[in-house]
Amino acid sequence: MDHSQLPILVVLIPMLVSFVIPLVGIWNKKLPFYMATAAMAASLLAALGIMNQVLQQGPISYRLGGWAPPWGIEYYIDHLNAFIMTLVCFISVFICIYSRKSITQERPGKEVHFYCVLLLLFTGLIGMLVTGDMFNIYVFLEISSLSAYALIAIGDEKAHFATFKYIIIGTIGACFYLLGVGYLYMATGSLNIHDLSTLLQPLYGSKVIVVSAIFFIIGLGIKMGLFPLHTWLPGAYTHAPSAVSAYIAPLMSKVAAYVFIRVMFTVFDVSFSFENLPIMEILSWIAAVAIIFGSIVAISQSDIKMMLAYSSISQIGYIVLGVTMGNREGFIGSVLHILNHAFMKGCLFAIVGAIIYRHGTRAIERFGNLHRTMPLTSAAFAVAALSMIGLPPTAGFFSKWYLVLGAISAGKWVFVVVIMISSLLNAVYFFRVVEHVFWKPKSGGTDLPIERNEAPNSMLIPILVLAAGILALGFASHWIIEMVIGQTVPAGIL
Amino acid sequence: MIHEQESIVIKTVARLLVPFIQLFALYVIMHGHSSPGGGFQGGVILAASFILLSIAYGLDEVKRRFSIKALTVLTSAGVFLYAGTGVLCLLLGENFLDYGVLPVVEPRGMGMLAIEIGVGITVMAAMVSIFHDLLDFE
Repeated sequence: MDHSQLPILVVLIPMLVSFVIPLVGIWNKKLPFYMATAAMAASLLAALGIMNQVLQQGPISYRLGGWAPPWGIEYYIDHLNAFIMTLVCFISVFICIYSRKSITQERPGKEVHFYCVLLLLFTGLIGMLVTGDMFNIYVFLEISSLSAYALIAIGDEKAHFATFKYIIIGTIGACFYLLGVGYLYMATGSLNIHDLSTLLQPLYGSKVIVVSAIFFIIGLGIKMGLFPLHTWLPGAYTHAPSAVSAYIAPLMSKVAAYVFIRVMFTVFDVSFSFENLPIMEILSWIAAVAIIFGSIVAISQSDIKMMLAYSSISQIGYIVLGVTMGNREGFIGSVLHILNHAFMKGCLFAIVGAIIYRHGTRAIERFGNLHRTMPLTSAAFAVAALSMIGLPPTAGFFSKWYLVLGAISAGKWVFVVVIMISSLLNAVYFFRVVEHVFWKPKSGGTDLPIERNEAPNSMLIPILVLAAGILALGFASHWIIEMVIGQTVPAGIL
Repeated sequence: MIHEQESIVIKTVARLLVPFIQLFALYVIMHGHSSPGGGFQGGVILAASFILLSIAYGLDEVKRRFSIKALTVLTSAGVFLYAGTGVLCLLLGENFLDYGVLPVVEPRGMGMLAIEIGVGITVMAAMVSIFHDLLDFE
């Protein structure tokens, strides 16, 4: 098939396979896992093909049903979404391979429906990335959110309450997004992102547009888990099954962050986002508070999943902080941090899942002797933790470096200090875990057994791939920025 | 859990109404692409007929004739019909859901009809299985 159909195939393959899985599941319980992995791998190939095409020829436009935009739905892929789509597909494939043993142990008998819903979640995330239509983004946002609610609800005994909270707050977030789309449609009569960006130019003084921008920020802020709107996030990440945490934590908030960037920099242009209103100024302060708040609360947690969840809140703060600087370095730092954080959080949650799989504990004090019983997993944890703190040559260093550069060239020294303090706080809570894992065999029988009991290969290999990815991204970051991320910086940002 | 009703009036009225409800549902589905109506609305009406049967004759009777497995198959099959029509257009060399290339008379109308039928089947099956699940929760 020729390459022009790739933008639809990347969404269509997982969607079709997820409909076939319940049928196959009636007579074979093992096959759905292989089908899901194959579908994600096919999407990854398609995404790589799109990426290649975008790098060579620039943005791609695909007309659904042959209808010309702005009337029909258009799939529009430029450097930014091609890049994040490749990232989402890559992480999905490995977490899907990882999930099989974990979900079989934690929720036996649910595999068929688990893989059906997981693929729907994947479809939703990819759909939000490829589409160039505001309402279409909402549809895929709901597909991914509804699947995520279902996946989180099959977690431990507290998962029902966490899911209920997430459903209520998440639905309110989606409503705000939809209201924002409705206001834009009322003012312009268009839903196509690029059509909107031209139609909105003369309307920036209008109060309707201002209100819609605020609705977008609130709605997407909820979906991202930005600081005052984050309350659903720790419970949802903590009580979900380990494989689901490892899938949702790295990807869902990142895709919401992508939509946020798309709305603030493509639909509204830079002059509106930065000059008409002090939106970005306010957001940058909120992000700074989020960074410090997330780190401080993470320090006080004794449950490692809860700690990682609060750390995610602080990392979302970094992503928002970077784009609100309004300069090239900050923007690059944000997009690079989307990439790095997806790898780091995917790796960390996968490691926690492997520890739960073998030893059934997520209490940090009980991790003594972990480096003896699971040496490779512990090594991967060390790499990911160093990257979260931001030590070179791991990937986390480079995104923080660009964020600091952005803050300096914006002349906002407060945020330089915020990033430094947050790195120190990260060091505090990650070294606490590292200390338990490597140096602190406690007496008193609470430690793990000493004999070697490494995670099964199907879980270990994805963990090691992600950990190797963190190192590789660190070494390749210059190349990635030059090839891809440099092209994503919107016009108007110097 | 709903058991079979005692009242012969309820059972007879339900038995008489169900075929007409179903006929009307099919009418709504078939006219979806050219007049008000469509797959979702028709599917809901079709589901209502099965729900009425469950209320009058008890859940077990309906499940005996229309099993959970069949509902699962129909839920998937409906969406598959929708997406399959789109993929057919893709295979015939046009964009996804570009019905113009389908080798039938009035390809655009027929393509849309196929999609409405798919939506109708899925909505019907999903509605009935949600109803069953709510009642089975004990």
